[in-house]
Amino acid sequence: MKPILEAIDVRKAYANHVALSGVSLEIPEGSIFGLLGPNGAGKTSLIRIITQITGADEGEIRFRGERLNPSHIAQIGYLPEERGLYKKMKVGEQLLYLAQLRGLSRSDATARIKHWLNRFEIKEWAGKNVEDLSKGMQQKVQFIATVLHDPKLIILDEPFSGFDPINANLIKDEILELRKQGATIIFSTHRMESVEEMCDNIALINRSRKVLDGPINLIRDQFKTNTYEVEGKGKLILVHPDFEVVEQKERENGHFYARVQLHAGVRPNDLLRYLIGAVEVEAFREKIPSINEIFIRRVRETMPETLTETANALL
Amino acid sequence: MASKFLLVAQREYLTRVRKKSFIILTLAVPLLLAAFGFIIAKVASSDNDTTDVVEVRDDSGLNVASRLVSTPQLRFETASGTLAEAKKGFQKAKHDGLVYLPAGLDVEKPTGVQFFGKGNISLKKQLAVENALNKAFSELKMQKSGLTQDQLDRLRSKVDLQAISLDESGKEADSNALATSGTAYALALAIYLFIFIYGVQIMRGVGEEKSSRIMEVMLSSVKPFDLMMGKIVGIAAVGLTQFLLWGVLSFGVSSVVMPMLMHDDKPKTEVAATPAPGAAKAAADDEPRSAAAAFDKGMDAQKQQPMMTGRFKVFEVLANLPLGTILFGFIIYFLGGYLLYGALFGAVGAAVDDQTDTQQFMFPITMPLILSYIVGVSVILRNPDGPVAFWMSMFPLTSPIAMVIRLPFGVPMWQLGLSIFLLILGFIGTVWVAARIYRVGILMYGKKVTYKELGKWMFYKG
Repeated sequence: MKPILEAIDVRKAYANHVALSGVSLEIPEGSIFGLLGPNGAGKTSLIRIITQITGADEGEIRFRGERLNPSHIAQIGYLPEERGLYKKMKVGEQLLYLAQLRGLSRSDATARIKHWLNRFEIKEWAGKNVEDLSKGMQQKVQFIATVLHDPKLIILDEPFSGFDPINANLIKDEILELRKQGATIIFSTHRMESVEEMCDNIALINRSRKVLDGPINLIRDQFKTNTYEVEGKGKLILVHPDFEVVEQKERENGHFYARVQLHAGVRPNDLLRYLIGAVEVEAFREKIPSINEIFIRRVRETMPETLTETANALL
Repeated sequence: MASKFLLVAQREYLTRVRKKSFIILTLAVPLLLAAFGFIIAKVASSDNDTTDVVEVRDDSGLNVASRLVSTPQLRFETASGTLAEAKKGFQKAKHDGLVYLPAGLDVEKPTGVQFFGKGNISLKKQLAVENALNKAFSELKMQKSGLTQDQLDRLRSKVDLQAISLDESGKEADSNALATSGTAYALALAIYLFIFIYGVQIMRGVGEEKSSRIMEVMLSSVKPFDLMMGKIVGIAAVGLTQFLLWGVLSFGVSSVVMPMLMHDDKPKTEVAATPAPGAAKAAADDEPRSAAAAFDKGMDAQKQQPMMTGRFKVFEVLANLPLGTILFGFIIYFLGGYLLYGALFGAVGAAVDDQTDTQQFMFPITMPLILSYIVGVSVILRNPDGPVAFWMSMFPLTSPIAMVIRLPFGVPMWQLGLSIFLLILGFIGTVWVAARIYRVGILMYGKKVTYKELGKWMFYKG
């Protein structure tokens, strides 16, 4: 699919440190794109460049092939991690104000606010001051403010923080619904399970550089180590010319769990054939690395030696 | 984008004007002013209405007592009995004092005259008595040198000095230093208060936005410059609304309530309630003079008339001031000064995280403002063409107040032009600096900012 947003060799430096160096990305239209990285990696800097809060020192951002400019503001929605609303303003007025700043006309905005407040079942809150709302309620209002102007690109920075599981689920469904309607979502989070559940593509940024990107299933494949999990009854021999048993756990009544890594050129069926002869097989599956594992592995790999040691000590 | 700037300004205006505190303050201030004016008028009139009675015990044999002239404020009465009796007598009669002229008093060298009073004697009272005595003795001396009573009466005169200012072209105009100073003072005070009250509101507003963490949302739709200027202009509109309402309400209250409260009183009591301090001051000044003239003629009935002409004179003098220039200059310096300081206040609000940290950055901003006000009303008002006045009216941070003080006294065109030019330059400069500090500061959290750091922010790229 054609990318809705491209970052080309983007660089951004502050007085004391480099936030982004040579970052290039392509975000396919209609996808959910996970922007991952440890704290301070440069994610927020990149988001702030895309939302035109700051500009890149070098490189370029293209929105649907055009160089990013203020006319694109109306097509982008942004939910920052540091979020807030005017406390002394009424919910309805606040949404109207933010929507008008995003280029909606007054009548358009009013109609959409009504629609969204109904959808989230908080219609009766329109006349209340924001400070009288609970935190979760404020988050909902903030989410509405982000998507009210029907943006083509929605940037969500930790969208689930501050939500209870029920409301987090509600927001998740809304995000999926928005994608169904054609919006593209950039999703920055530390919650890896939601990345695995929702994202089509991811990019991993560490220490100002992009260290990994692509469709999530390809990345998983790429990080596969040709390892299989076996559960069964009996006992596996530890040394074999075709494979290596990385780990074996004994369980009650002669059952076991094992991780087996195949040597190069050996196919899983070869292992299975051996297993059938040796033990009673109860489960056999490929061990697919989780995004969390990939994340930690890649972050460690891309750190300089000294830092790896401290990171190891911490982990 | 212009429309976004307007949206921001509109929000700033509407949310503030609809606040309860705004409505209460707008209504309360004129009432307080009226109450304040009423009290002052009451006190002033009661002060003028009382007559001090001073008894005179004259043992000199020169008949000084009969020559002491009474005024409505001070009446002389002959004391009865001996000195000791008189001392007790004046207190018993609730009179205010006793003048004792001892026997054998020398007309040429009158020493030993005593003035007894209840408790402490006020300087004003002492001066009035001294004045009356001096007059009496000079008459005695003149009579001794051979003048008749008739000649003496004709010698008495009262000069009413009319001050006329000449401008460069030789045109004459009635000059009244107090009307001019009063106008200057009022204009300077208006600018000073406006900048302070609403400048601090800008700072608070930015601080609130910062602490409510809404900045990032805002900045993804609005340019920081539009956000800052929208806030400054919106709050200016709030201020103008409030000042206008204060003016109208004060006028309304004073013209409706005051006559009701003061119906029995003379027109002079209105003075304290007149909203324009310039006119009030000038009128207040004219009063004693015209009143004194009336009393000299010894006719209470005519008192009203010279006072009225005094009042008209003030308006005449005000009309002779360069009103066009003053109005034009006032608007320019009012707006220019507010925008210039407003931008700086906004920058301070953006730079600090915590309201308590504002102090260190407030100081260099409020310093020139306070200084120009203090120096303005002390030095510049006295010497509006001096070097201090000149330089302060050129420097953009002090010129809004300094130049406005000079305006009613007449300022050469080239100086006014240069000062406005420098003000515009200064305005562009401070807005540039403020916008850069603002742009970086509003997204900076949890950092204690130093001046050095602020300097670095200037050079951050977009």
